[in-house]
Amino acid sequence: MLTHLARILTLFHSIALLFAGCRHSTQTTLTIAGSTSVQPFAELLAELYSQMHPGVEINVQGGGSTAGIRAVQNHICDIGMCSRHLNPEENNITAITIALDGIALIVHRSNPVENITLEQAKAIFSGKIRNWQELGGENRTITVITREEGSGTRASFEEKVMGEGHFAPDALVQDSNGAVREIVANDPAAIGYISFGLIDERVKPLALNSIIPSEKTIKDHTYPLARQFLFLTCGEPTPLARSFLDFALSPKAQGALAEEGLIRVK
Amino acid sequence: MKERLIEKGLLIVALSALGSLLLIAVFIFAEGMPLIVKTGFKEFIASTRWAPTKGSFGILPMIIGSLQVTLLSLILGGSLGLACTMFLAEFAPRWAVRILKPLIELLAGIPSVVYGFIGVVVLVPWIRNTFGGPGFSILAASIILGIMILPTVIAISLDALNTVPLTYKEGSLALGATRWQTLYRLLFPAARSGIIASLILAMGRAIGETMAVIMVAGNALLISASPLAPVRTLTSNIALEMGYAAGDHQRALFATGVVLFIIIAILNTIALLTMRKKR
Repeated sequence: MLTHLARILTLFHSIALLFAGCRHSTQTTLTIAGSTSVQPFAELLAELYSQMHPGVEINVQGGGSTAGIRAVQNHICDIGMCSRHLNPEENNITAITIALDGIALIVHRSNPVENITLEQAKAIFSGKIRNWQELGGENRTITVITREEGSGTRASFEEKVMGEGHFAPDALVQDSNGAVREIVANDPAAIGYISFGLIDERVKPLALNSIIPSEKTIKDHTYPLARQFLFLTCGEPTPLARSFLDFALSPKAQGALAEEGLIRVK
Repeated sequence: MKERLIEKGLLIVALSALGSLLLIAVFIFAEGMPLIVKTGFKEFIASTRWAPTKGSFGILPMIIGSLQVTLLSLILGGSLGLACTMFLAEFAPRWAVRILKPLIELLAGIPSVVYGFIGVVVLVPWIRNTFGGPGFSILAASIILGIMILPTVIAISLDALNTVPLTYKEGSLALGATRWQTLYRLLFPAARSGIIASLILAMGRAIGETMAVIMVAGNALLISASPLAPVRTLTSNIALEMGYAAGDHQRALFATGVVLFIIIAILNTIALLTMRKKR
């Protein structure tokens, strides 16, 4: 068993070396891996970058923030993606914030509830508060909507709101921000969570701990569900990685990210 | 010589169809079985907790959800379809059949996402406002699926009824039986195998349908006897979480496919056996 493991590890090591070896000649392939929240935006940036630099191939892979950090530390990928804060022991990594995002709790426009606390949010999504009356609203059973397992928005929401708690079993599960918004827009009893930038006039965002989600409260991190999207490198980035990181902060890229609903940093 | 060549050629083509089935089966099992073995088959199908990114792989809610939705849609679509078949076979004037039959067959050509969309826009709010609850429910999925299986039920059972020799019917009517008695006591039993076949095919369609069900079933990991409760089916589970699944999570989705495969095989076997017994 152990020798097997050792053999596999050696294999991985040699593959990693192979990648490292390739890297120094004129590199044409860039590998980006990590957070699934950042993944769609990295894919968008990769597409734009490839249009400007034909011949460059960019692979964007998921796996989660932690996997992204490990991958970049082990030089398995060129750039890691991360949607959470870095732990203190992850200090050998250079992080660049490419955009900010907030997760907003949304309800139907007719819902009189304006503000809830983080604890109440947790109680709603874990099924302990089941009626809007308990929150000062009308006598309606709450329709809870969450995202599918594996979604980055769900992972962030779990981390920041749910903690160790589980989602209520009768919570509806939808596989996109848009689907959640659609249900909330039509169901007076619904509550869901979506990316801040995708709020539109058909739904009403709730204040959390009395702080309304806005560009300002997300930027200064007073809004409790603000998160930052990071690109990570470990050691000296390759010229291609450097060029891609510079592109991510360029006005064109930032504009594209803002159009997708994120808050630009530049 | 030419005859043999064509025979062999057809054999190869036929085998390639079978081969692709085999390949799919092998692939699904190869990807899914390791996780089932790791989790334990019993745990995998009997545990109610599904949190694949946290190492819990229990698909019981989805198994029950699939069966509930399939059964209710067969009850709704099957009874409506058979009533429609009876009408078209015996009571409808010929011009009406000529218009209705192609129209019903047209139902089969509508993409499932359109059914799902109509479900979300019309059916779900109607259920929410009429019966309460979130609207996304077993009932909504079953009604949509019931409509989707209509063309299968009607086309095949109508063909079966039409293949019953005309002399049976003439004999029965000549003996003084009414049209309804003839249909119910004679034609239906005579066409039974074809009618059961139509229901089996409809069941396969219902249990395998994904897109429309994802849109209206609510996808909650809930076990509930209420038709107004939201559920997740096995197929929805795979399609819903496919996007970002990696590692064990992805294998768990293939394992869901393995269970679906086994369930369909069991249901088809039961259906075939009952068909044979009653003949």
